[in-house]
Amino acid sequence: MAAPRTLLDKIWDDHVVCDPSGELPLIYIDRHLVHEVTSPQAFEGLRLVGRRVRRPESTFATPDHNVPTSDRRLPIADPVSKQQIDTLRANCREFGVRLFDLDDADQGIVHIIGPELGITQPGMTIVCGDSHTATHGALGALAFGIGTSEVEHVLATQTLRQAKPKSFELRVEGRLPPGVTAKDLVLSLIGRLSTEGGTGSVFEYTGECIRALGMAERMTVCNMSIEAGARAGMIAPDATTFDYLRGRDFAPRDFDRAVAKWERLPSDAGAPYDRVEIFSAGDVVPQVTWGTNPAQVIGITSCIPDARSCVDSSERASLERALAYMGLVGGTAIADIPVDRVFIGSCTNGRIEDLRAAASVLRGYHVAPTVRAMVVPGSGRVKRQAEAEGLDRVFQAAGFDWREAGCSMCLGMNPDTLAPGERCASTSNRNFEGRQGKGGRTHLVSPAMAAAAAIRGHFVDIRSWEYR
Amino acid sequence: MEPFTTHAGSVGALDRANVDTDQIIPKQFLKRIERTGFGQFLFFDWRFLPDGSPDPAFELNRPEAAGATILVARRNFGCGSSREHAPWALADYGFRAVIAPTFADIFFNNCFQNGMVPVRLSEEDVAELFRRAASRAAAGNPYRLEVDLTACTVRDDDGFLKSFEVDPFRRRCLLEGLDDIGLTLAHVDAIAAWEAAHELPALAE
Repeated sequence: MAAPRTLLDKIWDDHVVCDPSGELPLIYIDRHLVHEVTSPQAFEGLRLVGRRVRRPESTFATPDHNVPTSDRRLPIADPVSKQQIDTLRANCREFGVRLFDLDDADQGIVHIIGPELGITQPGMTIVCGDSHTATHGALGALAFGIGTSEVEHVLATQTLRQAKPKSFELRVEGRLPPGVTAKDLVLSLIGRLSTEGGTGSVFEYTGECIRALGMAERMTVCNMSIEAGARAGMIAPDATTFDYLRGRDFAPRDFDRAVAKWERLPSDAGAPYDRVEIFSAGDVVPQVTWGTNPAQVIGITSCIPDARSCVDSSERASLERALAYMGLVGGTAIADIPVDRVFIGSCTNGRIEDLRAAASVLRGYHVAPTVRAMVVPGSGRVKRQAEAEGLDRVFQAAGFDWREAGCSMCLGMNPDTLAPGERCASTSNRNFEGRQGKGGRTHLVSPAMAAAAAIRGHFVDIRSWEYR
Repeated sequence: MEPFTTHAGSVGALDRANVDTDQIIPKQFLKRIERTGFGQFLFFDWRFLPDGSPDPAFELNRPEAAGATILVARRNFGCGSSREHAPWALADYGFRAVIAPTFADIFFNNCFQNGMVPVRLSEEDVAELFRRAASRAAAGNPYRLEVDLTACTVRDDDGFLKSFEVDPFRRRCLLEGLDDIGLTLAHVDAIAAWEAAHELPALAE
């Protein structure tokens, strides 16, 4: 009998093109997603030596990082951003790559539209020049971020050179308590694993808690795998996955046959992982990051750590640096910290479910007078769906800006940025120094926690929110 | 790609852990469509004061770090975004090697594509490098190291000699300055055979 294999083993084994002695294995790539920031140099590399894109029909592009989220009919004000978006357009035309352009109804953040259009499917290998490619693992794919040289390699060869990563099972038992979301779960996992706990590994999230999550929640969890150092995070496909994919634009035409194939993907009983950690979902409380990396996170009822309690001098120095950058004093209750800005969106939390969660908190309330708040749907489809449900009116009535789709203030490459010293409750994925604007201070939270912070002007425990 | 065999140079000692690629090259500089010219923006928000002048307190602006070509840092260097602009900026600034106890995966891979060696040494060895760099700096001198990829060693002129491990294929590519894509295209028949044997994903509409 064949040895039991993990989900990772099965996808990996199926995609090894060859493993020449003295080299690294060549892995076939099923889907290559492309955006404007990390691709121009790759296309230019092809052009310089006269190479073509090996499988344009497996390659999909969209502009997302740089795009303005204000009125799309206006020209892009920043000439350098415009040039990058124009370059993507020209490259897609020249090399025959399908582009979901700015004026396309399906444009959006690449990690939102991949699953939404059914481009992402179980069992696939998927890459993109973007570390949050891990998102697609939520559908049972092996999906990870690559650099621009690797983008060029995949364009030219439809393969990648890779050593097989280690498998790391994160088993989450029990259920999340009411008011606690997938974002809180993944933030608390990162806090426990550290920002490099997953380096060299692919996470497979398993257990009762994960099985109970919907697709949007699974994507939120897998999305942030990279923040714990794992290039990929994955969840075995099941009925939730298949129900999500059925009928989507690029889903297989013979869907039942595809499902029969996908049903063989989950890890076999007894399949060995290189590492296993077990967590309990019942312990998780709403999370807020206080520092300058996503592992610097605490529960809403906690206080900011005190550098004096640090024994290790190097650790103390980095903690002190984080507190200084964030303008915080150790020992302060996180709920006492006022916010200036609120951002709801990103590939982590820019899906319709996220917008619904935020809107349900906002109904009947108005943003605090000291707060500027914006919501940026993850894609054109998310935006239209939200408008069909009247969520745009809920957001606007509460005093939020209602924007066009894009990465926006998750990384502030477009005009949506924090001013120095501004403090933001953000549903995005990174609280690095300057991430949302030089000198800006980012606190990562769930959509519901962000919405509540917008109303109260400081962080609050969403578990005691009075919904109207 | 420029081959890397052995390189001797002075050290830039960046005594920080979890240096993310957003710090190495902030997002406002990712809009260029070239691979070159990123060195001027390296560590921009740390390197420069709001008025645009160099921040004298930043590690790489200190006199002993002038002309540094070997960067030494703490754990988890290069975490976060996959942007290859990070190694482009380091290489363009003049760095040929980065030494740290651990690296983030994507950054680690990206280095090899740009003729730059990411060297993993133990936490203790890296701490020793920081001590030695600090004592030279106190005497007003730069600290010099040699990174030898043929022997896989890091050494100074005062008895520090440590070996490091590197994937043999990545090492050969660096030593010989090989083009990754060219090497892969030598296996184009295997790629075609894989494609023929597999039901490829449904084609785009």
